[in-house]
Amino acid sequence: MDWQAIWLSVRLAASTTAILLAAGMPLAYWLAFSRRRWKFLVEAVVALPLVLPPTVLGFYILLAIGPRSPVGAVYARLTGGMLPFSFQGLLLASVLYSLPFTVQPIVSAFAAVDGKLLEASWCLGISRLATFRRVVAPLALPGIATGAILSFAHTMGEFGVVLMVGGNIAGVTRTVSISIYDQAQALDYAAAARTSIFLLAVSFTVLALTYALQRRFWWRFW
Amino acid sequence: MADELICACRKRRPSGFEVDANLRIELAESPVTVLFGPSGAGKTTLLRLLAGLEQADSGEIRFRDRVWYSSARNVRLPPQQRRAGFLFQDYALFPHLTVARNVGYAARPGRQRKLLEAFGLAKLAAEYPRAISGGQQQRVALARALAAEPALLLLDEPLSALDAATRGRVRHELRRMLIEGGVPSIVVTHDRVEAVALGDRMAVMVDGRIRQEGPVDEVFRHPADAQVAESVGMENVLPVQVVDRQGGLITVDVGGARLECLDTGVSPTWACIRAEDVSLARHTPEASSVRNRLPARVVSVLLEGPLARMELDCGFPLVAAITAQSAADMNLQTGDLIYAVVKATAVHLTA
Repeated sequence: MDWQAIWLSVRLAASTTAILLAAGMPLAYWLAFSRRRWKFLVEAVVALPLVLPPTVLGFYILLAIGPRSPVGAVYARLTGGMLPFSFQGLLLASVLYSLPFTVQPIVSAFAAVDGKLLEASWCLGISRLATFRRVVAPLALPGIATGAILSFAHTMGEFGVVLMVGGNIAGVTRTVSISIYDQAQALDYAAAARTSIFLLAVSFTVLALTYALQRRFWWRFW
Repeated sequence: MADELICACRKRRPSGFEVDANLRIELAESPVTVLFGPSGAGKTTLLRLLAGLEQADSGEIRFRDRVWYSSARNVRLPPQQRRAGFLFQDYALFPHLTVARNVGYAARPGRQRKLLEAFGLAKLAAEYPRAISGGQQQRVALARALAAEPALLLLDEPLSALDAATRGRVRHELRRMLIEGGVPSIVVTHDRVEAVALGDRMAVMVDGRIRQEGPVDEVFRHPADAQVAESVGMENVLPVQVVDRQGGLITVDVGGARLECLDTGVSPTWACIRAEDVSLARHTPEASSVRNRLPARVVSVLLEGPLARMELDCGFPLVAAITAQSAADMNLQTGDLIYAVVKATAVHLTA
């Protein structure tokens, strides 16, 4: 089995999930509670990666982070490196690609929290941030967990975006799905099968655990 | 520094409904003010404006020496800075926290324990809200609000989530808790009996405006206009003293006259009778099921369309409403001596 690729995918998925949780929660809070009229535009942008072919998304990201783009130029000046075909570039692409998978379950979970609970907390003199931490986040925990797990699993399995943005550099951008593709192309079906069954088992276990935990969580309070 | 709450603000809903409320409450004089009116009158909206959960379109709200809201001075204090405790209709307890943690949510350490004990919640401290009864949930909500040491309490239909049997018991308990809490309170209700049982003074709201404000029995007895009269619909609020209670009936003294009513188990201080529930007779009706037949003198007759509003003197003032047709048929004149007839079940007693 290509342990190097598996380890790389795990690192990529964990970093993506961490970034998405940090950035996704404020975004989800805004999407759940804002009453702006143009909110639907933001919702549409967030949902885009769900329907766009990964190659299209990858292509645009490649253009956007290339050395001749403003983003690429700034990055080159700051770090001396380049984003395309690097782990950092791959991470950026993964974050954008998995955005809806994190944000949408969290938005539904936030929206399901009774608004009166927030108002009750505010009237008790508790700030909005503390109210989020003490009321919204605990009640939305299953949704937050779902968002984190989906983005992790989705990143583990991503293929098209990786190929466009990251290429196939062992230890840097060759993720587990690329590795399986390589093995199948090389007609090494035994190796491809081993890696595939490993991924299948991990994915199933994680999802089964998630649903089991959610069920227990909801039984506790309602 | 004036010890009062002054609210004069407007808020327009997208539907076109407008709340335009002018209210002034002397806080020391009225520990509990009832905000009364039919559903859809804008009571809850006004309460939310006071709490800062919604912002008015224009106007001013002042509490003691602080400006809470002023469109002219561009002041909009958030709810956190107003220190107005809010009791939601369904109590809005935090479902993921135990009773103790709900009460302690915004309390200083010592205060949580004190309130749990004062509200009889010590035994329930470890329970989650879904496991306790509606009446207990209300006590938790009230204790939680008081724990934050509010300067004002706002209660939105605090009894409407309870079943009828519990409501009667909790009504009096709530009044006691509000008084003991020592925080001036505004209670929204559309229930006449609740208004009498809970309030010192009441403000009547109709169509988004405060139409009348005054002591509770005053407002019921002398509605400022026909719309207020229609919405309060309980013209007779009489101070009573218990004389006797037996066999499920209770006899009370009202200004020298006796009334028999159903015993609901409370020790009453007020009897409420709707004007429509008082009928009139020239002679004392014999062989009737009606328990109360009171000799009365007609003080005034006022025709209001198809109804005649009669003020009577039965040893206490009593307002009766009969059809104008009946008044004409009986040829009732000021000064006539007649009988006022009231069924025992039409007398509502409250503490």
